[in-house]
Amino acid sequence: MPVITYREALRAAMSEEIERDPNVVLMGEEVAQFNGAYKISEGMLAKYGPKRIVDTPISEAGFIGMGVGAAMLGLRPVMELMFFSFYSVAFDQIFNNAANIRYMSGGLINCPIVIRGPANGGTNVGATHSHTPESIAAYHPGIKVVVPSNAYDAKGLMKSAIRDNDPVMFLENTILYGEACEVPDGGYLVPLGKASIMRAGTDISIIGHGRSIQLALKSADLLKAKHNINAEVVDLRSIRPLDVETILNSVKKTSRCLYVEESKPFCSVGAMVACLISDQAFDYLDAPVKRLTSIDAPAIYSPPLEKLQLPSVERIYQAALDTLK
Amino acid sequence: MTKKPSSSKKTEVTDLGYDARQAPINIKLGQDEKIALYRDMVRIRRFEERCLRSYQQGKIGGFLHLYIGQESIAVGCTSVMGKDDHIITAYRDHGHALAVGMGMNEMMAENYGKVTGCSKGKGGSMHYFDPSRNFWGGHGIVGGQIPLGTGLAYALKYKGLKGACMAFMGDGSVNQGAVHESYNLAALWSLPVVFIIENNGYSMGTSQERSSAGPSLAERAEGYGMNWTIIEDGHDVLAVRDQVGQALKLAHDKSLPSVLEIRTYRYRGHSVADPDTTYRDKAEIEAYKSTKDPLSVFQLSLLAEQTLTTELIQKIDESACAEAETSAQFAEASPYPSLEDIKKDVYWEIDNPADRKSVGALFFD
Repeated sequence: MPVITYREALRAAMSEEIERDPNVVLMGEEVAQFNGAYKISEGMLAKYGPKRIVDTPISEAGFIGMGVGAAMLGLRPVMELMFFSFYSVAFDQIFNNAANIRYMSGGLINCPIVIRGPANGGTNVGATHSHTPESIAAYHPGIKVVVPSNAYDAKGLMKSAIRDNDPVMFLENTILYGEACEVPDGGYLVPLGKASIMRAGTDISIIGHGRSIQLALKSADLLKAKHNINAEVVDLRSIRPLDVETILNSVKKTSRCLYVEESKPFCSVGAMVACLISDQAFDYLDAPVKRLTSIDAPAIYSPPLEKLQLPSVERIYQAALDTLK
Repeated sequence: MTKKPSSSKKTEVTDLGYDARQAPINIKLGQDEKIALYRDMVRIRRFEERCLRSYQQGKIGGFLHLYIGQESIAVGCTSVMGKDDHIITAYRDHGHALAVGMGMNEMMAENYGKVTGCSKGKGGSMHYFDPSRNFWGGHGIVGGQIPLGTGLAYALKYKGLKGACMAFMGDGSVNQGAVHESYNLAALWSLPVVFIIENNGYSMGTSQERSSAGPSLAERAEGYGMNWTIIEDGHDVLAVRDQVGQALKLAHDKSLPSVLEIRTYRYRGHSVADPDTTYRDKAEIEAYKSTKDPLSVFQLSLLAEQTLTTELIQKIDESACAEAETSAQFAEASPYPSLEDIKKDVYWEIDNPADRKSVGALFFD
């Protein structure tokens, strides 16, 4: 099976959907002539032309809102935010217009838009460029939220997101863009809302999303090697819809849960998952659900300190041991 | 009416010889079409007067933004729409909705929060929609609808349709960043959109002089190299038709955007909750009503040319009042949405379970 990067997987997904559906268009800052700020869309302008691959001005409220309007009339725009952090500039268009238009029209209008881009810290770009807004996005009924942790999921989820008739926030990660794994050629789909058990285990459930999953897998190796602890690692992949069943089944099996994510702790996805577990699997727990997040402050610039602020293999390993005490 | 072509240095000029009735788009109007324009304006006014009564009776919640005084704009603009032309507006949307052909029953029921409303009671007075009539709302955030209107125009051009989008906003919208971003995109990509500023002089309670820099609102289009026009006689439905018809033609034939600033006036407060006593005086309202009321002016003109008779005027008025009264009765008699309805129309997938592709929970307790 071919081994391709997360970046190539996203490009393949968008290319296949552009070829499949004439209403799919990729728009964003520097996506066309510049070949993408992070080279996700490299070569796509040459292949698909300026009608399908469209450079926008630096004007997020304008072009995201324009994409919402175009989606209302049947296009399927894939809107690239150079950094997902710039979503805040388009907040009204995303969360008042895209999220609410179906509801406020009594179901007469739908909005099949994908808004995608990297949402992560760890690259020393400071607080303005390091937002991880998955819980903020998922807070809004009407919105779907996807956070792939690897190339295989990135491709399958992107294809599903583009075909979805509801607005999807697709949160990528610049540090993962160059990471590769086996990805089949051709058109497979990963459904939104289906978690993936990345590693089966019996002693603790390490549940999470995004790049933290890649770290958690290494932490799980350490737990096994040093303490013979069998950690189960569950990648949610989608935040909304959420695979509650897989979460609960894992926790019922292991009786302990650590949630790992790069977001800040207050009102995070982990907080929501801990609440669901408390509501629906309380009697199975041998310890409180623990969470491991970024340290609760704006993203610090200082490169060695930023490493400490974010989840790491060591921090996840320690948090798992704490949960098992 | 004043007009200035793009890149001209000339300031506004009032063309005193202008007669909208002689414009080509109006000369060809038949008697029935003129009567229909008049009737639509009367229907909007009577509907809104009935809405006001219902609001005062506590039947309508939240806000009620009345369009009374501005009827010539919605009616004039929509009367020149073709099958691929679309419109979108802000929260003062009753006039546009009736003008595109939505029914009073579904509108009044929406105001009452009833399940028979045009949005099943989920949107309210500010959020009417009817995509089957190319009417895309009904939007609550000042200026927030303008990027959407630009997107509708983008989609029309993308699909190769010979249509345009008329994106309406109030004078308060022009200072919002999203509006300027839309201007830039529309001009940059030659999108078939007509930005229509209904300038009633007040953004809520703040006058234009106290909120907006520059000599006029439309002139800001100059910075984007867009065509712009100021229609001083916004109360004249025929002048509105003429100017918006020209802007639509520019959009249809050359895929060029424009900004129209239509001077108008609202008789009621920003919303009915606005006591309307702090920022203007009654004399100002009365002065406008007595000389520029859109219904009276058009009525007099049609009487003079014997298109209307006093009998017909009375009949149209009675019929509009009866239609509005019926809509209030319909709304009153309609049921509210059910508790289960709260979670419908949120996700397409939930409403179309047979076609659902995702799995997992979309709602949470």
